[in-house]
Amino acid sequence: MDHESCRTLLEGVSLFAEGEAPPELCAEIERHMAGCEHCRIVVDSLRRTIDLYHRLPQPAMPEKAREKLYKSLDLTEYMK
Amino acid sequence: MTDKASETGLLERIRAGEKKACVECVEIHSPGIYRLALRLMRQEADAEEVVQETFLSAFKGIDRFDGRSDLRTWLYRIAYNAAMMRLRRAGPEEVSVEEAAEPEEGALIPRALMAWKDLPEEELEKAEVREELERAIRDLPEKLRAVFVMRELEHIPTDGTASALGISEDVVKTRLHRARLRLRERLAPYFALPAEEAGGNHGS
Ligand SMILES: [Zn+2]
Repeated sequence: MDHESCRTLLEGVSLFAEGEAPPELCAEIERHMAGCEHCRIVVDSLRRTIDLYHRLPQPAMPEKAREKLYKSLDLTEYMK
Repeated sequence: MTDKASETGLLERIRAGEKKACVECVEIHSPGIYRLALRLMRQEADAEEVVQETFLSAFKGIDRFDGRSDLRTWLYRIAYNAAMMRLRRAGPEEVSVEEAAEPEEGALIPRALMAWKDLPEEELEKAEVREELERAIRDLPEKLRAVFVMRELEHIPTDGTASALGISEDVVKTRLHRARLRLRERLAPYFALPAEEAGGNHGS
């Protein structure tokens, strides 16, 4: 679980999960993952983590706050 | 994406003191600035003040904008600095415990190792799930948090994030990576399959 190779893999795993790792690194990671369930789970759950945040609905500024912002900038008359 | 030519036009109008141009700028950029401020400050009221401060000082200092970065990146930098100033002023208890040192390498080694379940789209609409994801961001050390919010949630490129935060691109990449690993670790108990379902993976 604490192999040296897992540690090395972890350094590149973020790029890998994004599909941005260079080909040699990709090949190395894939080879390692084939034989290491630990790292398969890490990569999969890391991908899911990133995906969750990409799908997370974005919080919107409350209308009251928007009003205050326009007021502080002396732009109230232009507010839609 | 704001395109370069229209941004130059907008800037000229803001410099000329045209209020409608300021309104356009606020309309385009305040949602993102608000989200950044909210995630940095944790309190809605503080976030609102950071947004006000950002646009006030941006419009006042618009002549100092040199166009080397885009307008959005410049606004994020002002917002980030305003947020940090407030956090510092609020005192040490506002700065997270792990802030003093960069997270150690050892902290990178994942511990929670259950496979994760698939999350249907409608699950993400649930306030409880969203709150869990937001809470995990808030629990990140401040340095990792700023990078994660800008890169992953606001989709600001690495160079823009580096310039907004005054750090190198390599540091942005490292911090993004660490933030993701920490969030994975933090969220694992929440999103992992129950033990009996995960057990199938081990073939016993
Ligand atoms: Zn491994």
